[in-house]
Amino acid sequence: MPVVVLAGAAVLFFALPLVGLVWRAPWSHAWQYLTDDGALTALRLSLQCSLWATLLSVVFGVPLAWVLASVEFRGRSFVRALCTLSMVLPPVVGGVALFFALGRRGLVGQHLDEWFGIRLPFTTAGVVVAQTFVAMPFLVITVEAALRQLDMRFDDASRTLGASRWYTFRRVTLPAIRPALVAGAVLAWARALGEFGATITFAGNFPGTTQTLPLQVYLSLETNPEEAIVLSLLLIAISFAVLVGLRDRWFGRGAPPGEWA
Amino acid sequence: MAAVLASVTVAATTLAACGSDGGASSTPAGTSGEVVVFAASSLTESFAEIGVAFEAAHPGTMVTFNFAGSGDLVNQIAQGAPADVFVSADEPNMAKLTAAGLNAGDPVVVARNTFEIIVEPGNPQGIVGLADLARPDLLVVLCADTVPCGAGAAAVLANAGVVITPKSYEEKVKGVVTKVTTGEADAGIVFTTDVLAAGDSAVGVAIPADVNIVNAYPLAVVNDAPNAAAARAFADFVVGPQGRAVLASSGFLAS
Repeated sequence: MPVVVLAGAAVLFFALPLVGLVWRAPWSHAWQYLTDDGALTALRLSLQCSLWATLLSVVFGVPLAWVLASVEFRGRSFVRALCTLSMVLPPVVGGVALFFALGRRGLVGQHLDEWFGIRLPFTTAGVVVAQTFVAMPFLVITVEAALRQLDMRFDDASRTLGASRWYTFRRVTLPAIRPALVAGAVLAWARALGEFGATITFAGNFPGTTQTLPLQVYLSLETNPEEAIVLSLLLIAISFAVLVGLRDRWFGRGAPPGEWA
Repeated sequence: MAAVLASVTVAATTLAACGSDGGASSTPAGTSGEVVVFAASSLTESFAEIGVAFEAAHPGTMVTFNFAGSGDLVNQIAQGAPADVFVSADEPNMAKLTAAGLNAGDPVVVARNTFEIIVEPGNPQGIVGLADLARPDLLVVLCADTVPCGAGAAAVLANAGVVITPKSYEEKVKGVVTKVTTGEADAGIVFTTDVLAAGDSAVGVAIPADVNIVNAYPLAVVNDAPNAAAARAFADFVVGPQGRAVLASSGFLAS
């Protein structure tokens, strides 16, 4: 059964590196590394920033996906490509590009600074911006695909029954794409949680302000590989818990219209 | 596809042939094939130039570089990356390689470097010395103390008795350079050579010799180097007249 063999090879391909980390982990010191103040600070910052990035991705990404899926306009392919560009851009380049746009001397950033005194580089808000930049496309693509497969007759029925466009979106469209929305949000969150390149380039690396867990892992790899392995496993464990935990509850079939409240 | 495979096989055979007569020491006849050089990122510009000169002086050779932080490079070699030559930006990282029994023969210091304050062109903030870096209105970035440029910067600041709170601890020296050349930071402490390599997009402010640090760059041929003969030839070339000339023009101090 070639399919099973290939699938098995794929599972091994993903499992082996993880097994390698577990194998090399210094279990006798693990607790000490995990309860280190620096690690806890970085973990807290990572969770805060990635959740903010996920929230922003949902707030802006769902409307974007809806427009891309259901509004016909010239240049739609161009806009779609533009909004998913950060998925293929090397994150470090993405970070430099964010400088040119939102940095102290950037196209928009210089005015943010001048008019509002807002500076993003070297701030926690900068971390959220960098993470949102790389994470949002994962949500947009997932949600847009679901919206395209949606049976639009439910929407039409809702509209002919007098519901407003917003009410229809909220009570008919959203519930129908719930699994995709959750999947997209989780993908975006996971991408934000592991973000490294754009963050260190655009926001820098300072404990408590911009040093997220991936940044700390990378730095400790230079001097203390044991600590790096333990902290990586911590990141993996958190993502695993969320992915496995959400699986049964949220990834199921789309709810019939109206059930989302 | 067959053609691609054939050419790969030919290349592999050639490499194997080069490896087998690797014991033929430094005679030009034994020097051919690919030399893989793992070098610290502050050597990017100068070693790329030395590589080109080496290839010209030894027809039939090809130098391939892997530039990264010294600590990363040691880890990669320890994990079995096929390196012929390793050049570290500091002695502690070379010591790690030695401790792991991974270098053939004693390391040789090929270059020395000192530190400078890097600022924007024209020095708009009027920074004249280390003490200015403590000014609260300045955005200063440093390397993390886990990399050679950060350990050096910390030592320089300690020597000068200056305490500063940087905005960021960058993971490599080029990260500090980028923050300053893009105008996001006002100043940083980097190697003298990095200021020179930045060209017109940054200028340096000298750090007095009595508080400055001299940083040594040791080079070693890696134990079990796939191409040991060419590796030794490359090492000789770096400390020879042409290598020295390139390093000097990049701002390194004579070794």
